[in-house]
Amino acid sequence: MRVVIAEDLTLLRDGLTRLLEAFDFKVVEAVDNGPDLLPALIGHRPDVAIIDVRLPPTQSDEGLKAAIAAREEIPGLPVLILSQHVEPLYAHELLTDTRGGVGYLLKERVSDVEQFVQAVQQVAAGGTAFDPEVVSQLLARRPLAALTPREHDVLRHIAEGRSNAAIAARLYITEKVVSKYINSIFTKLDMPQSEDDNRRVLAVLKYLDG
Amino acid sequence: MTPLRRLLTGLSATADGVYAVGLATLNVPVLGLWLTGLVLSPLPVLGTDVLQVSTTVVRWRADLERRLGTRAGIPIRRPYHPPPARSEMGTRRWLRWIISDPATWRDMAWLLPGALVASVLGLITVAVVAYGLAGVGLLPLWLYLGDVWFGYALFWPTSDHREAWLALPQGLAILAAGLILAPLLRETSFRFARLFLAPTSSAELRLRVAHLTTTRADTIDAQAAELRRIERDLHDGAQARMVSVGMTIGLAERLIRRDPDAAIKLLAEARASSTDALVELRHLVRGIHPPVLAERGLEGAVRALAICLPVRTGVTSDLPGRLDTPVESAVYFAVAEALANVVRHSRAKSAWVSIRHTGDLLTVEVGDDGNGGADASRGTGLVGIERRLNAFDGTMIISSPSGGPTVMTMELPCVLSSPRT
Repeated sequence: MRVVIAEDLTLLRDGLTRLLEAFDFKVVEAVDNGPDLLPALIGHRPDVAIIDVRLPPTQSDEGLKAAIAAREEIPGLPVLILSQHVEPLYAHELLTDTRGGVGYLLKERVSDVEQFVQAVQQVAAGGTAFDPEVVSQLLARRPLAALTPREHDVLRHIAEGRSNAAIAARLYITEKVVSKYINSIFTKLDMPQSEDDNRRVLAVLKYLDG
Repeated sequence: MTPLRRLLTGLSATADGVYAVGLATLNVPVLGLWLTGLVLSPLPVLGTDVLQVSTTVVRWRADLERRLGTRAGIPIRRPYHPPPARSEMGTRRWLRWIISDPATWRDMAWLLPGALVASVLGLITVAVVAYGLAGVGLLPLWLYLGDVWFGYALFWPTSDHREAWLALPQGLAILAAGLILAPLLRETSFRFARLFLAPTSSAELRLRVAHLTTTRADTIDAQAAELRRIERDLHDGAQARMVSVGMTIGLAERLIRRDPDAAIKLLAEARASSTDALVELRHLVRGIHPPVLAERGLEGAVRALAICLPVRTGVTSDLPGRLDTPVESAVYFAVAEALANVVRHSRAKSAWVSIRHTGDLLTVEVGDDGNGGADASRGTGLVGIERRLNAFDGTMIISSPSGGPTVMTMELPCVLSSPRT
């Protein structure tokens, strides 16, 4: 699987490269600044891009801007955004284009190597991987009064990109019960049912967006 | 200006003309009182008391004029020296404070010419409007009486009904002219008063220095407190956690050969600790300078704030570029505090933030449809906002009638830097 990395801190860039290569990814290019990123993404058309939000020279949100621009150029380009902090606003911006995998994680999630690699694969496969922190910030601002606490738990896991089986394992319930919860959530939120993971997260975020 | 507004302004200016004439007549006895006080002031008994009373009366009269001027759109600021501290307030000191303040003498100099100008202009205003009204109102009376015996404007005396009827359009024209003229005359009168009553450029400087001294002290205090808080948070939080991470890893190092399982457990613990430290650092950084503010500027950061609120909040902005970093930060935290108040106290269903930049003035409004009753003099949050803005010569006005809605308006002078790309 071919990867492009954009990260300005040498330590982290090399660490990421080493980590990914240990898991049989091929890092085709690792850039350390904003202006080089867009050409690299368009030139290589990687299977997944891992991008830091903040890049030189301006140290603002150049990485995010380049990612969104690249997804306009190459529809469905899977992008995993890393950052020192998460902003629900950025999650919304990433999700305005619903084609292809999207991820948005805190940098520190890299320290849980297996989960991180799983997230990269999930995004490369067209799924989503949102940091629990983004999801909880979104859910905290407007608790969905109609939902029971258990349904809230399930919704949180859905938003983080987990499959029914994974949710079942985490909550110590059967998959059948999980899909029952999901059906009831979607009914309560007035949304059409769908088996697509991506669509499920979008539905949640769209609802929260009001 | 719409015709209705123009009419209302004209009427209020005419009413002010009447007041102005009345107030002008007050000036003469006020001046007399003050001169008496001045003459009597060397007397050991009662002298200074009379001066004290008369000074208070003069300043009250001058302040009234300043307030009226400000209401009429000609702002006049108070020029007086700040009074000496109460503990040092002896009679001599007090006398020196009054006598050495040029504003005292300027007030006195204003009393007579001010009265003259205000009463003449006020009388003109009232006379023109009244003559216009007479033209409109007298006509029906004449016709009712059936005996045209008087004159009006161009026709003097009126010789027949045709000329009497012409009093109506003439009266209307004079009335309109009077109403249009009234605000201009009012303005002229206050402009004249401002020559005397506004601070001189040196008084202006003195006021400004006094203001800067207070706000600088406030700013330094607030900054020192902030630094202490950050130091404490780092010391008790992230730093302590990193120490424990180091210790745990050291322990794992020693155990790794003898008891690999225990070592792995310790390493997992160390990783969890380092994650906690990162969480704390992230929260700390958000409190010092939110990353989204650095990345997106004021508008983006306020949008990011709004998206996380339980109250539906709309954000509009016409900022064409980035503000200076310190201003950006002060305004951001002020808006954050205002929105936090909305969430905590207002029970609002929706809120809005508007950011406008005109000339060199940044205007930020935060409003909600909640139950109002916010009071700037109570609540540390609002005082904090004021202090933050004060450091940049900014001001905050809050309008919050009981029952709502609440609108907080923050204004501060600032220039934009070019858009950052």
